[in-house]
Amino acid sequence: MFRNQYDTDVTTWSPAGRLHQVEYAMEAVKQGSAAIGLRSKTYVVLATVNKASSELSAHQKKLFKIDNHIGIAMAGLTADGRVLSRYMRSECINHHFVFESPLPVGRLVVQVADKAQVCTQRSWKRPYGVGLLVAGLDEAGPHLYYNCPSGNYAEYHAFAIGSRSQAAKTYLERKFETFMECTKEELIRHALFAVKESLQEEELSSGNCGVAVVGIDEPFVVLDPKTLQAYIEALDSGKDEMQTIEETGADDRQSSQVPQEGTGSRGISVGASEDTPTDMET
Amino acid sequence: MAWAKENGGNNKAAELNYVDRSLDGPSHNFSLMPTPSKHTQYPYVTGSSVLGIKYKDGILLASDTAGCYGSTVRYKSVERLKRIGDNTILGASGEISDFQAITNLLDELITEDWMWDDGNKLGPFEIHNYLNRVMYNRRNKFDPLWNSLVLGGIKKGKKYLGMVSMIGVHFQDNHVATGFGNHLARPIFRDEWKEDMTLEEGVKLLEKCLLVLFYRDRSAINKFQMANVTEGGITITEPFALKVNWELEAFRNPTKGAEGSW
Repeated sequence: MFRNQYDTDVTTWSPAGRLHQVEYAMEAVKQGSAAIGLRSKTYVVLATVNKASSELSAHQKKLFKIDNHIGIAMAGLTADGRVLSRYMRSECINHHFVFESPLPVGRLVVQVADKAQVCTQRSWKRPYGVGLLVAGLDEAGPHLYYNCPSGNYAEYHAFAIGSRSQAAKTYLERKFETFMECTKEELIRHALFAVKESLQEEELSSGNCGVAVVGIDEPFVVLDPKTLQAYIEALDSGKDEMQTIEETGADDRQSSQVPQEGTGSRGISVGASEDTPTDMET
Repeated sequence: MAWAKENGGNNKAAELNYVDRSLDGPSHNFSLMPTPSKHTQYPYVTGSSVLGIKYKDGILLASDTAGCYGSTVRYKSVERLKRIGDNTILGASGEISDFQAITNLLDELITEDWMWDDGNKLGPFEIHNYLNRVMYNRRNKFDPLWNSLVLGGIKKGKKYLGMVSMIGVHFQDNHVATGFGNHLARPIFRDEWKEDMTLEEGVKLLEKCLLVLFYRDRSAINKFQMANVTEGGITITEPFALKVNWELEAFRNPTKGAEGSW
């Protein structure tokens, strides 16, 4: 990105009416490894591309459970993401203590967005350098939101953020109209295909991606590597879903019976409107 | 004050007990340690019992409309049943001004909830928990809201009826009562309440208990209100009176057999 004389601090406007520091923060999100989210009438699935900084290290944790009915995937400065997770968990627990019922995800998202906005209007602060895909439930059912470093938020049927997310977005744009009626397994398959698009040459395995699911009556859970690997291997039987990536000769296998996850957890529902994406990057 | 006499003539200092002070400090007329707020430890204008029952379609609450100033029935048109949002009703006995403060708090809560406009709504169970937190926290500060609260509501077909006391004791049940209602009305509920009563049966049961309370509770008057909450909404009746019969056998010679009476 271009350097100019109006980007020194976040409280300086450029003559073109832009806050460059905020845009640079959003750039940090674009540089992070990809995160994808998609939802149906009853489930929301989050998937992440996990990059290990070296062969010796374990990979970054990018999927966080916030409460039984809310979880997030992040892209960008994961340290900032951890701090926001802690805030979100705290808010959920406080709400539960006072009202003995789960905090509606839409209200939590607004609280996070307002917190992020503060950092765009104080000269001694800097914006959070992390984008959050928030998956959660409220009285109307499941929702997927995107929280941007700018303090904006929007609801999505499906979305992808981070590096090479455009490939995943293209896949999601083609398929999203079918998502509402998908089963949990179909939704996870779509998520894994979208992750595959972001990985491009690399082969998909439980070592370089992560998946988490939340649904009505099913608490948020990050799939363990074994279950994840089973889903990945089951992808091959749906070869017609793929468009551009070459198959490396994987043989057709029967879709394995993957175990159902989660115990009963009362989800709550709400009537929220679906907004079209209005964030500054696209 | 035995120890004061042993002090050898320093009786005056020992008798000045109306000023709180540390035992080994100097004796001043002003206090170095502020005394705790004592005017919060008794109520002034109080309401009597509130009764509540679950019935087939929802919840019924009942109370009289008296506000007593000690033993004087000073205010006779006090509304002690209030609607909260559109699916919950609240009844309170105890200090009326504290009830008004609680109603204000709840109105703020409901307004904020309404302003979200996101399809989520605080249900009766959430409000019960919120009230419990408020009451318990005030009690911990030794500055209680001097009320026993009855909260009833229905959300998505699920009926809820519960009580929160001034020290933060809270529970849910099929029938609840506060104050004297616990002693006079609950036994009748235990005998005569049944699952899925009709509205008429519920009203009849409550009227029977209200009558008993009027006969036997000195701070009750013959002017009552009833509140009804169903999925269709909330109705609070205009004040009404019940037919009383002071010619009943139990009221002739009421002190017969009582020790020391005339």
